[in-house]
Formats: sequence, C-alpha cells, structure tokens
Amino acid sequence: MISANLSAIFYLVSGILFILALRGLSSPDTSRQGNYFGIAGMFIAILVTFLSIGNFSTSLIYVLVFLLIGGAIGSFIAFRIPMTAMPELVAGFHSLVGLAAVFVAIAAFLNPDIFNLGSSGNIKLASLIEMSIGAAVGAVTFSGSIIAFLKLRGIMSGAPITFTGQHYLNLFLGISIFVLIFYLCKTQTANIYWSLIAISFFIGILLIIPIGGADMPVVISMLNSYSGWAAAGIGFTLENSALIITGALVGSSGAILSYIMCKAMNRSFFSVILGGFGADNTSADKNEKQDQKPVKSGNAEDAAFLMKNASSVIIVPGYGMAVAQAQHALREMVDKLKKNGIKVTYAIHPVAGRMPGHMNVLLAEANVPYDEVFELEDINNDFANSDVAFVIGANDVTNPVAKTDPKSPIFGMPVLDVEKSKSVLFVKRSLSPGYAGIDNELFYKDNTLMLFSDAKKMTEDIVKNLD
Amino acid sequence: MEIDPFIFRLSIFILSIFVGYYVVWSVTPSLHTPLMSVTNAISSVIIVGAIIAALAGSSEVTFSTSSIFGYAAIILAAVNIFGGFLVTQRMLQMYKKKKDKKK
Repeated sequence: MISANLSAIFYLVSGILFILALRGLSSPDTSRQGNYFGIAGMFIAILVTFLSIGNFSTSLIYVLVFLLIGGAIGSFIAFRIPMTAMPELVAGFHSLVGLAAVFVAIAAFLNPDIFNLGSSGNIKLASLIEMSIGAAVGAVTFSGSIIAFLKLRGIMSGAPITFTGQHYLNLFLGISIFVLIFYLCKTQTANIYWSLIAISFFIGILLIIPIGGADMPVVISMLNSYSGWAAAGIGFTLENSALIITGALVGSSGAILSYIMCKAMNRSFFSVILGGFGADNTSADKNEKQDQKPVKSGNAEDAAFLMKNASSVIIVPGYGMAVAQAQHALREMVDKLKKNGIKVTYAIHPVAGRMPGHMNVLLAEANVPYDEVFELEDINNDFANSDVAFVIGANDVTNPVAKTDPKSPIFGMPVLDVEKSKSVLFVKRSLSPGYAGIDNELFYKDNTLMLFSDAKKMTEDIVKNLD
Repeated sequence: MEIDPFIFRLSIFILSIFVGYYVVWSVTPSLHTPLMSVTNAISSVIIVGAIIAALAGSSEVTFSTSSIFGYAAIILAAVNIFGGFLVTQRMLQMYKKKKDKKK
C-alpha cells in the first residue's frame, strides 16, 4: 500500500510524538497535552503498519477484534483501578509489555520471512542476536514484573526471600544466557531458543524475590527500564525506528528513575538488586538497647489542640497513608486548618510509598493542589520555621539517625528534617521499626508526640476535634 | 565501502537515549507516576511487531503458529496501550492548581 520509505518516515513521526509526550510531563499544565501527543503517535504507528502490510483478508478482522478485546480490558482496568493500587497496576502492565516482546520474538524466529530476516533455519546473524536479546529481556521483564505485582498486591510476602548460593545461581544463569545465544547463532536450533526464553523467565523470578517491600520503587523503575530495552531489541529485529526510539526513551527513563530512587535511599543499585536489606543483626541489637526510652503518646484531642494553635503545619505522608487510604481524611483535616488561617504544606520524600511519585498521585486524588506539595530539597529548610510536623505513615525517611550515626544502615540517606520543627506529631500503629529495621530516634525526642492509631482513623478523629 | 544500515539504526538508538536522558530529567518529580504509566503505554508500540506477525504471512492462512503468537501479543499490547494512556489521563486530570478548586 505505502512504500517502505514513507512508512519509515511515519514511524519517525510517531517516535517524535512520543518524545513530546514525555516532554509534556515537565509540568502538570502541559502534561495532558503531552498525553494526547502520545496517543496520536500510537495511532499513527498502528495505522501505518496496517497500510504498509496491505493485507485486508479475514486476518485483518481477527486483528481488529483482538485489538478491541485488549482495548476493552485495558480501558476497564484503567477506569476501575483505585489510585492506591497504582504500583501494582504499573507492575502488571510491565509484565504485559515483556510477554508481548517475547511473543513477537518467537513469531520472528518461527517465521523470519515475513519480517525480512532470512528464512527459517537461516536467519541473519545480527537479527538472531537482536531477537535473542529482545526475547531474553522481555522474559525477564515479564516474570520479574509478575513477582513485583504479587508482592505489591500482598499475595506474596513483601519480605526478601534469600537462600545460600543465590548470587552464584544468578551468575551461572546469566552466563548460560550468553552461551546459549552463542550456540543459537551457530546452530539455529529451536530448542536452544526455547531454553533461552525459559532460563530468562527463571532469572526474572530470581532477581526480584530477594528484594523487599520498601525497595519496590527501585524495582518498578528498573522493570520499566527493562521493558524499554526489550522493545528496543525487538525494534532492531524489525528494523523499525518507532520501536527503537521508544525503547531507548523508556529504557533511559526507567534507568533515571532507578537512579533517583537509589540516591534518595543512599544505596547503590547493586545493593538493592542483591537484596536482603534490614536482615543484618547489628540493627537488631540497637533495638534492644533503645527499648527502655520513654515515649510521649497522645490522642486526637492533643493533636488537634497543638495544630489549632500552630501558625504553620507541614504534613509528611508515607506508605502508611496509602495503606490506610487516609488521603481524603487528611485533606479534610487540612481544609479545617486552613480555615483557621494556618499555613499547611506537604513534604514528600522521593522514596515515600511504593513507586516514584506515589504520594503525589494520592494527594492529587484527594484534590490537594499540586502547588502545596513540595519535594525534599525544596521544603527541608522550612521545618525549622514550622510549628507542627505531622508525620503520617512515614518512618525511615524522617529518621535523624541517617545524619548522626555513621554505623546506621541508613546513614547518609537524605531525610526530612522533621525534628527541627517545634513539635512533631507522629501517627503510627506501634513503635515497631520501619522497613530498614532500625529504631527511629524521633520517637523519643521531647518534642515528639506519638499518636498510636490507624492513620485514617486518627486523622478522622482529629478532624472531629478541630471543630 | 557502504555503511551497514544497522549502524544507522544504532545511531538512532544512541541519540534517542540521549534525548530520553535530557527529557526525563526535566520531568517534575510529582509526575513520576504518570511518567511510568505513559512510558508503559508507549513501549507497547511493540504492537507494530505483533501486527506484522499476524498479518504479513500469506493471506490464505489466517492461523499459523507465528500468527497466533502475533494475535496473542496484539491482545497484550492493546491492554497496555488503552490501559496505559487512559490511566495516565485519569491521573493527570487530578493534578490541579490552587485557583481552580472546584472539581
């Protein structure tokens, strides 16, 4: 129907539209427009593919039907999913990209003629390497995302699963992937291809099971990156620039997010991947020593009193707020405070929650204007001038130990200077340490008032007491 | 000597990584979740490969082994395309400034 050159130009256009889609996200004002660019890019890519193949037999009807089935399922999920479930949704979607990449790579291996890659059993060497990489990365993305999904959904325990020799097994499997690709190129045997994919599935599982709950932001970003590299690998096989551009964009996007997340936890990427954080004994000893310290605890009435008499309040939300779904109650509380002329802002740590930007989405859902929400570096100096810091569901990201104790496992991690505020209200169910397994010094400070309760219930009680 | 077309594709790839690097650093941290969902949606452009696998074979045979993999990949990618863009749209609708408080 249309020439290969013309379609290549259209693919380039859709690649550029995808770049503009990401560009739009530099500000919430332009982001919606950016999303439309993305949709347009996708529409062009699909339409051009139909036109360039020019096959309008019954197959096309099947394609359209399957497209609509998938589209209907996707739309249904998109409209029904609660915002708190966003991390597992993203993980689930990553797994689909990964599996789709594997399927396309398999189709290309079985029927190379239609992709112009040579004939079965006689595939071009470069294409063979490209499709092997695409299939392997796709398979790792698929099974890794499934594990991440199960952990985030709570179907599988979020605790790290480790066993002796794990790293050696991973290393061995990683090397075997390269050996298999090498032999695949020599012999072009289908069985080697299948074992390559099977081992990659297995590696994906092994990679994610040792990683614990609070490291999930890194994992999701990393899988995001993998799904991009898988798409790029397939793009090279298909000689399609839209796929290559998109794969590179998504790959670097995920890599940058992983980097930001690692930096926010002051951990190296490899230590996250190797997993097992908080399982060391040194931190357990510390807990025992500090058990004796006195803690001031209060109720909703005390909290309401403190906040009513404040002139500025900073809210520090964390994963606990998401679990308790407390964002709407929180917003109600803030509205009441604002009516009394109190200045309220939100402080968000980059790794608060289970994925990058998790807290921002939840606050946006509760109709909190985004210009009241600040990132760590923009607000950290304000704690010294604030009357009340209201910590709801966050823990490790407020721990002053990260600044003072070089022996602490979280030493050097950037934290919110909550303790500089005149008084700290800490909503938490118990004194139990956070994910890092270390005690939070903040609990025992003179100006800290612990509010032992479920985040949502406590916030609602405070709202009642503010009247 | 002629340059292998692979080198051109590699150039596109490397340049796109750089473009991605600078574009993504300029994304505001509060929009990192929509960033993930939209990158998810656009990486489903892999559907192009799925459509080729399903359609590019001979027009007499509707179901061959490779076209069945193509059809399956179309469903998976379509879930992602529609789901990804719509959920991004839904999230972005929620980001509001102070002035337009009314929902």
